[in-house]
Amino acid sequence: MYPILKKQILSEQVKLVVVEAPIVAHKAQPGQFVIVRVDERAERIPLTIADFDRDAGTITLIFQEVGKSTKQMGLLEVGDAFENIAGPLGHRTEIENYGTVVMVGGGVGIAPLFPITRALKEAGNHVISIIGARSCPLLFWEDRMAEVSDELILCTDDGSAGRKAVVTVPLQEILESRPEVKRVWAIGPGVMMKYTAATTKPFNIPTLVSLNTIMIDGTGMCGGCRVVLNGGARFVCVDGPEFDAHQVDWELLLQRLSFYRAEEKESLERWEAHRCNLDRAYETLTSVR
Amino acid sequence: MPPRRIVPKRIPMAEQAPEVRIHNYDEVPLGFTAEQAIAEAARCLQDARPSCMAGCPVNINIPGFLHLVEIGDFRGAINLIKETNALPAITGRVCPQESQCEGLCVLCKKYEPVSIGQLERFAADWEAEQGELPVPDLPPATGKKVAVVGSGPAGLTAAADLARLGHAVTIFEALHEAGGVLIYGIPEFRLPKAIVKREVEYVCSLGVQIQKDFLVGSSATVDELLEEYDAVFLGTGAGLPWFLGIPGENLGGVYSANEYLTRANLMKAYRFPEYDTPIARGRRVITIGAGNTAMDSARTALRIGAEDSIVVYRRSRAEMPARAEEIHHAEQEGVQFHLLTTPLAFYGENGRLTELECLQNELGEPDSSGRRRPIPIPGSNFRIPCDVAIVAVGQSPSPIIAKTTADLATAKSGVVVVDKETMKTSKKGVFAAGDVITGGATVILAMGQAKIAAKAIHAYLQSGNW
Ligand SMILES: Cc1cc2nc3c(=O)[nH]c(=O)nc-3n(C[C@H](O)[C@H](O)[C@H](O)COP(=O)(O)OP(=O)(O)OC[C@H]3O[C@@H](n4cnc5c(N)ncnc54)[C@H](O)[C@@H]3O)c2cc1C
Ligand SMILES: Cc1cc2nc3c(=O)[nH]c(=O)nc-3n(C[C@H](O)[C@H](O)[C@H](O)COP(=O)(O)OP(=O)(O)OC[C@H]3O[C@@H](n4cnc5c(N)ncnc54)[C@H](O)[C@@H]3O)c2cc1C
Ligand code: SF4
Ligand code: SF4
Ligand code: FES
Repeated sequence: MYPILKKQILSEQVKLVVVEAPIVAHKAQPGQFVIVRVDERAERIPLTIADFDRDAGTITLIFQEVGKSTKQMGLLEVGDAFENIAGPLGHRTEIENYGTVVMVGGGVGIAPLFPITRALKEAGNHVISIIGARSCPLLFWEDRMAEVSDELILCTDDGSAGRKAVVTVPLQEILESRPEVKRVWAIGPGVMMKYTAATTKPFNIPTLVSLNTIMIDGTGMCGGCRVVLNGGARFVCVDGPEFDAHQVDWELLLQRLSFYRAEEKESLERWEAHRCNLDRAYETLTSVR
Repeated sequence: MPPRRIVPKRIPMAEQAPEVRIHNYDEVPLGFTAEQAIAEAARCLQDARPSCMAGCPVNINIPGFLHLVEIGDFRGAINLIKETNALPAITGRVCPQESQCEGLCVLCKKYEPVSIGQLERFAADWEAEQGELPVPDLPPATGKKVAVVGSGPAGLTAAADLARLGHAVTIFEALHEAGGVLIYGIPEFRLPKAIVKREVEYVCSLGVQIQKDFLVGSSATVDELLEEYDAVFLGTGAGLPWFLGIPGENLGGVYSANEYLTRANLMKAYRFPEYDTPIARGRRVITIGAGNTAMDSARTALRIGAEDSIVVYRRSRAEMPARAEEIHHAEQEGVQFHLLTTPLAFYGENGRLTELECLQNELGEPDSSGRRRPIPIPGSNFRIPCDVAIVAVGQSPSPIIAKTTADLATAKSGVVVVDKETMKTSKKGVFAAGDVITGGATVILAMGQAKIAAKAIHAYLQSGNW
């Protein structure tokens, strides 16, 4: 069991937990992820290691509640525990002093972007970060990102914080005005990464994305996480999760991500109905007392 | 002993009826009663030079245990089996008996062979019914530590043997449950998971620790394990699924057998949404390949609710590598076979599979494997509508450990190279056995090799000589 030592609510849908997982903490590197399972009946869910503390033996996970598994995870409190946390998995990000780099984070993607940004900054890069979300309450870690960036641009789709724009708008401006940009990282929803790739492509700037395909084992034995890069299939869990954005077949990636939509809906509805029943049963119990 | 009367036919095994069992996940053969077991064991001719034993990779004293079953000494029978086979409840169910022990039974020439596998299963199940297994007396601790990587049949066998020799053993397993293919691959209806769990618990009762959620090569490298352990045993299996490399293979609904079976078995997707992991509930499911993995996939699909479950195989029935019993059970359950058929391309709409295009073959001359080569008939293309396809055409060892261990020699196919006498790899202190050295093979071979490795590890730990 992997106990939760700290919990923080970053926004309505985004939660942070600090979990005791000494084996993972000992080896974790920026860019890597874990597979977690909440309980006996749960799915194996991939989550990026947003931060780690080797001395304390803890890792930080940040997740957005999108479906049954992540909503159930959101109910865990300090003192509860994950049934399983396996990792660290996947390749680390290649950190070097590239010169000037742009870091693009969308929504919950800001979390996995943070340790990479910090490492790049420590390696001596000039770091320009662009982080965005649909609206202000969904933004988080502006302060931490500011600490590890030389320049930080905030944007929201509705203008409730920072610029009213999608992240690719400031990105486009920067690429047009600053030829010194050597590399771009983008982490966020599939569609955002797809458009980031399209934005940097005409400038021919190496662009890395961390792909969030559906996974099961996360160890390279099922192939469920496969993506197609320039015609060839790769397994995201062991060959990635970071890939050259300009080689990714985005259409296929987005289609594969939506394959279980009906089942995800069924699972969530069933769970929510079940929870309502539990709540009601609990209310009856307490009112009887 | 007076000459024994030949009983030509086997005692039939009671099974769940096909139309019933395709709606549940329970085991298909129900097992012998004591009376049936005694009668079946009595069919053995008790040959002085039993040919059957040569077919058993771990050399079980077959007439010996059959005699004990026949006289009702079931305790004696299971003890004799366990002298050479630690997992009889499993091998009795999954060994390809028709090409091993039973295939060499003298009765085979004219009659039906003795049901050796079913009797082995009977003895093991009888023992389980008697309650907890007693923990054998363990020798004093040697102070030596061994890391066993992987908890499949190879890892479990090596761990048990080494623990019985007094070594401190830790198993490192990447998944959240121990058992390897026995847990994630072979379905409940063929090998109940309670049996695997019992064997794992037995291994733990010998003092073996299991560290789950630990991917060697990533959570720690083999070299890092060697800093803490005196020897490392690799029993990591052949987990990397092969794909066909044909167009459309990445459409939604095209699975590797590993993915399909892992969802169904390890994650219990057959009980979705009670369990969280989904699986596509296809109405027409095509499985490509004809080994055990393919039969397991095609039969699982029926239980998940497929109306049609179709096996597509490029050779003919005689070449199908699955156990005879699995093919028979699949046919009984209504799995359809498109033989001499090669898949060419998958087609889909909106990213979801809708059809498989195939080509018809005819049989040509035998190829290097001795099997008659399928030759495509030009222009024989046809399409089969389907919403799920399962690719079950083989697997090889995952490259993770080899990539992160500089001096571990592997062959082109990805298997770890060992000395077959000792299971030593090219790297000092590291041994390997099971599917990781052979590619996909059998449970009993993995166990047999693991026993050789355990002996060699013991010798190495005692002498220090590599
Ligand atoms: C390497 C990697 C790192 C990730 N890191 C984070 C992270 O740090 N924070 C975070 O919030 N999310 C992260 N994700 C995505 C996260 O795993 C999914 O949001 C989560 O699995 C959704 O589960 P659910 O049951 O709540 O939602 P569901 O109802 O199952 O699905 C909702 C959405 O999540 C996707 N999804 C469903 N199952 C999976 C699965 N097993 N794996 C991946 N995606 C799935 C679906 O395509 C769908 O779009 C990461 C994914 C990958 C592959
Ligand atoms: C669907 C299917 C059906 C089969 N049916 C039969 C049958 O009927 N009869 C028969 O005899 N054989 C059958 N086989 C073959 C048989 O299961 C294998 O030969 C046998 O399981 C091999 O045992 P093993 O211990 O070498 O490997 P496995 O059983 O594959 O176990 C390897 C274990 O190592 C773990 N692992 C891998 N890499 C790492 C790592 N880097 N770090 C930590 N852990 C790791 C894996 O998660 C796994 O648990 C079948 C195989 C499949 C896939
Ligand atoms: S272990 Fe397998 S081959 Fe050996 S006797 Fe038992 S069933 Fe036959
Ligand atoms: S070959 Fe057949 S009949 Fe002879 S000892 Fe073996 S099982 Fe018995
Ligand atoms: S998740 Fe199974 S191979 Fe990547």
